[in-house]
Amino acid sequence: MIKGKFIDNLPKVYGIYTGGFLVFIILMAIAEQAGMSAKLIGIFFVAFTVLIYALIGWLSRTLQVDAYYVAGRQVPTVFNGMATAADWMSGASFVAMAGGIYFKGYGYMALLVGWTGGYVLVASLLAPYLRKFGCYTVPDFIGTRYGGNLARFSAVIVLTVASFTYVTAQINATGTIASVALDIPFGIAVYVGLASILMCSMLGGMRAVTWTQVAQYIVLIIAYLLPVFWISSKLGAGFFPHFMLADEVARIAELEGQFGFVKNSAADLATVPKGLAGITKAHSSVNATPWAFISLAVCMMAGTASLPHVMMRYFTTPSVRTARRSVGWSLFFIFLLYSSAPMLATLSKLSLIDPTLPTGIIGKTIAEVQAIDWYQNWNQANLMFISDFNGNGTLELNEFFMGGKAVVLATPEIAGLPYVISGLVAAGGMAAAMSTADGLVLAISNALSHDIYYKIINPKAETAKRLIVARVLLVLIGFAGATIAALEIQGILGSVIWAFDFAMSGLFFPLVLGVWWKRANAPGAVAGMLLGLISGTAYLIWVRSGGSGFLGITQLTFGIVGAAVSLVSMIVVSLITAAPDAATQKMVDDVRVPSGKTVLAQK
Amino acid sequence: MSKQEQHWEKTRNLLFITLAIWFVFSIGIFLFGAEMQESSIKPFGYPLTYWFTCQGSLAIFVILIFWFAGRQEKIDDEFGFSEREGDK
Repeated sequence: MIKGKFIDNLPKVYGIYTGGFLVFIILMAIAEQAGMSAKLIGIFFVAFTVLIYALIGWLSRTLQVDAYYVAGRQVPTVFNGMATAADWMSGASFVAMAGGIYFKGYGYMALLVGWTGGYVLVASLLAPYLRKFGCYTVPDFIGTRYGGNLARFSAVIVLTVASFTYVTAQINATGTIASVALDIPFGIAVYVGLASILMCSMLGGMRAVTWTQVAQYIVLIIAYLLPVFWISSKLGAGFFPHFMLADEVARIAELEGQFGFVKNSAADLATVPKGLAGITKAHSSVNATPWAFISLAVCMMAGTASLPHVMMRYFTTPSVRTARRSVGWSLFFIFLLYSSAPMLATLSKLSLIDPTLPTGIIGKTIAEVQAIDWYQNWNQANLMFISDFNGNGTLELNEFFMGGKAVVLATPEIAGLPYVISGLVAAGGMAAAMSTADGLVLAISNALSHDIYYKIINPKAETAKRLIVARVLLVLIGFAGATIAALEIQGILGSVIWAFDFAMSGLFFPLVLGVWWKRANAPGAVAGMLLGLISGTAYLIWVRSGGSGFLGITQLTFGIVGAAVSLVSMIVVSLITAAPDAATQKMVDDVRVPSGKTVLAQK
Repeated sequence: MSKQEQHWEKTRNLLFITLAIWFVFSIGIFLFGAEMQESSIKPFGYPLTYWFTCQGSLAIFVILIFWFAGRQEKIDDEFGFSEREGDK
C-alpha cells in the first residue's frame, strides 16, 4: 500500500491514521449501544490512543544525532505546523482554557490573544533566523552567537527553570486524566502518564516526538471540535457555532441581568469544596482594565517567543523559507482550537443556566438537581457542588459551583451526548498534555546533553555515547517532573503562566537582540539572562509572600519586570564592554540571509 | 550600500510594518475595549471587543504571518538570497 520514502507518503499515512481513528470512534459508539460500560469505553479510548503513540515512537527510533535532535531537518511545512500545534496546546489549553473563559470572561481571554499573537513575533523576529543558524538547541544558538560557556550555561539555566515549571503541570494533567479514565489513584496515574510520555520520545528523540505529535494533534482537534459542533446543533444554536452564537451570547447577558450576581458570604463559601467556583463575572462584557488585559497578553506573547520547546520545532524544517511558513500553519492549527474554546464556554454556560432549556438547572429545586445523574457523577468527582445558601429550596445562580475542568469534561454529558464523546474528550486531553510534555522533556534533556555534556564537559564524546547520555537524562528529568507533579504544588494553569513569565524574563531579549542587534555581546547577554531571571523570580517571590507589587504587575505577569531588567542590563553591559569581534559580526550577517550554508555548518 | 545592506534594510522595514499591525490588534485595540464593546459594529452579531478576543485578532494574526512570509520571500528573491537546492 505504501511505497517509497516515509516523508513522501505523509499525507497518505496520516490520512489512513485519521480514517482509522474515526472508524474506532464509530466502533466505540456501536459498542456503547450494545451495552458496553462507560468505564470500559474510557479505558479503551485512552489505552488505544496511547498505544498508537508508543508504536509510532518505537518505529521512529534512531541512532543518528541529526535525527535525534532535529528530526533530520526534513519535516514538511504543514506537518511541522501540526506538530507545533500539539507541542504548544497543552493540557491547559485543552482542559482548562474553556473553563477559564466560562468563569472569568474577558479578563481571561487575554490568554487567547497572547497565546496566538506571540506567533507573529516568532515568525518575524526569530524562527527563520534560528533555522538558518542550524543549531540543535536554543542554548546552542546563544552559546555560538555570543561565544563562551558562560552564555551557553546561563541559557541552559533559564531554559530549565521555564520548561521544568511547565512540564510538571503537563505531567500533572496526564496523571489527572489517566486517573479518571483508568480509575487508578492519582499518585500511580502520574507515573503511568510519565511512562507513556517516555515511550514516545526516548528511542527516537525529536524524530519520534514529531511524528507522535502530528498523530496527537489529529486526536485532540477531533476531540475538541466534534463535541462543540454537536452540542451547538443539539441546542439549536446553529450548525456552525463560531458564526452563529451571537443570540446565545446575548441571551446569557440577559439571564445574568435577570439573576444578578449575588455575593456569597465568606461563611457560605467556606463550605464549597476547594477548587470549585461560581459564576461571578459577566460572560461577554469588558470586565478588566486595559492594563490588566494588555499586560497579561504581552507576557504570553513574549513568553511564546522565548519558550525553547516551541522554537526548536522550527529547527526541524528543511529550509528557512519553510520555517517561516510553518509558523503560519502552526498558528492556523492552533486557531482551530482556540477560536472554539469561547464557543464551548458559551454553550456550556447557556445549557446550565437557561431555565427554558431542558438541561438548565438554575431555578429548579435543589432536590431535583440532586437527583440528576450527571450532577451526581461530577459531584462525586469533586467538580460540581450546589448548596441552598438562602434556604428557599430553589437553586440560584450563586448557589452553583463547578471546577474549571468540568466545562470541557462534563459539558458533553450535560448536553446529553453519548458517553463515547466523553471518552473521546479524555483521549484528546491526554494527547494534548502528552504532546506538550514530550516536547518539554526533550527540550530540557537535549539542552543538558548537547550543551552541557557535549559542548562543555566532553567535546570528544562519540555519537553513541552522546545519545546514551541524552536518553538517560530524558528519563531522569521525566522522573523528577513526575515526582514534583505528584506533590501538586500549583494548579495546572498557574504553573503554565509562570513558565511563560520565566522564559520571557531570561530569554526574550537575548534571543531577539542576538539577531537584530550586532553590537550585543557575551557579557551583555549573560547579564540579560541572569539578571532578568533573578529579578523576575524575586518579584514573584515578593508578591507571593504578601508584597504589594507595583504598576499592577501580579504574580501572573512578573515577566514584565524580568524582561525590563533583562533589556536594560543587556544594553548597558553590552555598551560598556568591547564590541563583538569581526567573526561574530560576520556570523550575524550570515544569519540574516536565507541562502548559503547554515552558520554552524560553515565552522 | 552593499546588496546585503539593502536586503537587510528592506527586511527591517517589513518587520516594522508587521509589528505595527501586530501591535494594533494585540495591544492597541484593547486600550479601548470598553468603548468598542458599545460600538454598533457587530461582526456576526457579537459585541465588537468580545469578537476580537474570540476570533478577530486571532484570525488576523494567522493571515498576517502568511502575508509576512510571502513578502519576505519576495525580498529574498529580489536580492538573490533565496535558498537554492543543495543549501544545507
